[in-house]
Amino acid sequence: MKQYIIRRILISIFVLFGVSFLLYAIIRMMPGDFISQVTSGNPQITEEMKENLRALYGLDKGIIEGYFSWAKDAIRGDLGTSFVYKQPVTQVIGDRMWVSFALAGTAFVLQLLIAIPLGVLAATKQYSKTDYTIVAVALAGISLPSFFFAAVLKRIFAVELGWFPLQGMVTARADLEGMALFLDMAWHFVLPVTVFVVTSIGGLLRYTRTNMLEVLNADYVRTARAKGVSEGKVIGRHAFRNTLIPIVTMVGGSLPSLFAGAIITEGIFSIDGLGQTALNAIHNGDIPFLMGYNMFIAILTLLGTLIADILYAVVDPRVRYN
Amino acid sequence: MAQDIQNTNAAEQDAFEQSQVILTPTQLVLKRFFRNKLAIVGLVILLVMALFCFIGPFLTSYGEYEIFYKHKETGAEVMSSTYSTLSAEERAMYEMNLKAPISKNHILGTDGDGRDVFTRLMYGGRISLQVGFCVVIIELILGVTMGGIAGYYGGKVDMIIMRLVEIFYCIPFLPLMLIVSSVTSAMKVAPEQKIYLLMLIMGVLNWAGVARLVRGQILSLREMDYMQAAESMGISVFRKIFKHLIPNVVPIIIVMATMDLGSVILTESTLSYLGIGLSFPYASWGNMINAVNSSVIMKNFLNIWIPPGICILLTVMAFNFVGDGLRDAFDPRMKR
Repeated sequence: MKQYIIRRILISIFVLFGVSFLLYAIIRMMPGDFISQVTSGNPQITEEMKENLRALYGLDKGIIEGYFSWAKDAIRGDLGTSFVYKQPVTQVIGDRMWVSFALAGTAFVLQLLIAIPLGVLAATKQYSKTDYTIVAVALAGISLPSFFFAAVLKRIFAVELGWFPLQGMVTARADLEGMALFLDMAWHFVLPVTVFVVTSIGGLLRYTRTNMLEVLNADYVRTARAKGVSEGKVIGRHAFRNTLIPIVTMVGGSLPSLFAGAIITEGIFSIDGLGQTALNAIHNGDIPFLMGYNMFIAILTLLGTLIADILYAVVDPRVRYN
Repeated sequence: MAQDIQNTNAAEQDAFEQSQVILTPTQLVLKRFFRNKLAIVGLVILLVMALFCFIGPFLTSYGEYEIFYKHKETGAEVMSSTYSTLSAEERAMYEMNLKAPISKNHILGTDGDGRDVFTRLMYGGRISLQVGFCVVIIELILGVTMGGIAGYYGGKVDMIIMRLVEIFYCIPFLPLMLIVSSVTSAMKVAPEQKIYLLMLIMGVLNWAGVARLVRGQILSLREMDYMQAAESMGISVFRKIFKHLIPNVVPIIIVMATMDLGSVILTESTLSYLGIGLSFPYASWGNMINAVNSSVIMKNFLNIWIPPGICILLTVMAFNFVGDGLRDAFDPRMKR
């Protein structure tokens, strides 16, 4: 197991080099004086900053040489300075990451609480009206464009009914503290969290349902029924616990991605997380931030698959990595 | 007497055999598929959408970029084609027919630039569906070839291809598109070419998932007895892969392609909404919803932004329904 993890980490480092080289190549593919073109719309960017940027990406060197000079800095944690925030990129990411996590984490917990019971219910009543309804609603949720759904929610609950704020994280100029601040933020988070939950609950629900169906067809479930075990126990103790194996794996694997931020939802509701920062970055040609952000997400993705694979071996004793 | 009995037995046997319906595997799949009501609903929605987007534009006299003008006093309406033939004095009497309400001339009114919403809905859907199909074809060609090679050869080839798959898996799509779009706008790529670029990038970024799936299937199929038989007959590698292995992966590829069609359409609409996908002059469901960013339109002109949203929802949902139905139909384990 230890050997396996070490091997996986080594492979991950290799993959990370691949990803970063691809990203770097895209930046380098840009036409000659790309930097001054991108930054021309932003009067705050000085000639000195442009020079720094050229040096950061090694634009004065060849592509391979330039990549290594950039990678050497990146390994040491120097991803350059964000144009918009005038701070190191790593610091900008570290600051906003937790806002994104608060939003995505809340939605994630709600998703688990709703999707798993409904998925199990749908599987135990396959091809019934309940099953059709649950699956149809879940699929409709995945098919909803998040920007459209967010607009509809805002139109109904913020503009028409005025129950929830239109956007932002806290009421402006309210200067709340402690519990009041927390409640105020929670109130602002209701609509964005709804968007998150509705548009992504389908995946987990379908996953639960498929796995549950597979388990329900297994021989040991038939045996349990033949023994005369009550239906509730068959589902709860024999079937569901075995469905948990793939679910735990999937849930563990998606933990890191909770930090990545959601560009669309955060952008629409003006929530100051990583996603909105990325959206601002593009409007201001903040290339150092975008590169850093891309690398950050790549690392999170690799971490996610690694955690999923390790968890798989931990929860399922039949799995052995050699 | 004995002869008689034998005769009737033979006749019964014939009748029995004739009454037996023997279904081919394809018929079995179709039968299971059509028993699924959601799948049928999906299929019907897709048919209607296809008719609406591909036949619809022929039935209307309005063009995709047609701007409508309204006479300031009489309210009479002219299209931009007629408007351009008018003299300067006559033109002064007309103004753009912006955000017109729902009427007989404009089933869903006109948008913020005076164009007919219903017509743009048809053209937008046409382009969304086309983008969806092109991207899925690109990702399938790349994914099936690479996945097939990796699964069949195993060893070093597999190792290299799978690392490549992981690299592509780790590239975050939306942030990357943000960078790419700033590159294309810096290079001043024309919108007509940007469409192809968009399809290419989406296809190239999506192949990793297909390759992973195909490889997994081929790995297990390779160990089957019929593959040993094929091996012992000395069939060429090319035939082994494309004649014996790939056809067995087809069901799972079809399911994946159907689901991906939906998700590509969703992604394209997201990109267009952000203004980095299909851009002016093309109509796309995504960039039509973009109008909602103006708070006046959001509040008062629901006819401009709600219909494209519903179109996206229905189309993507239909693809998901059909894909789900196909998966259940192909997989005998799902039968209870």
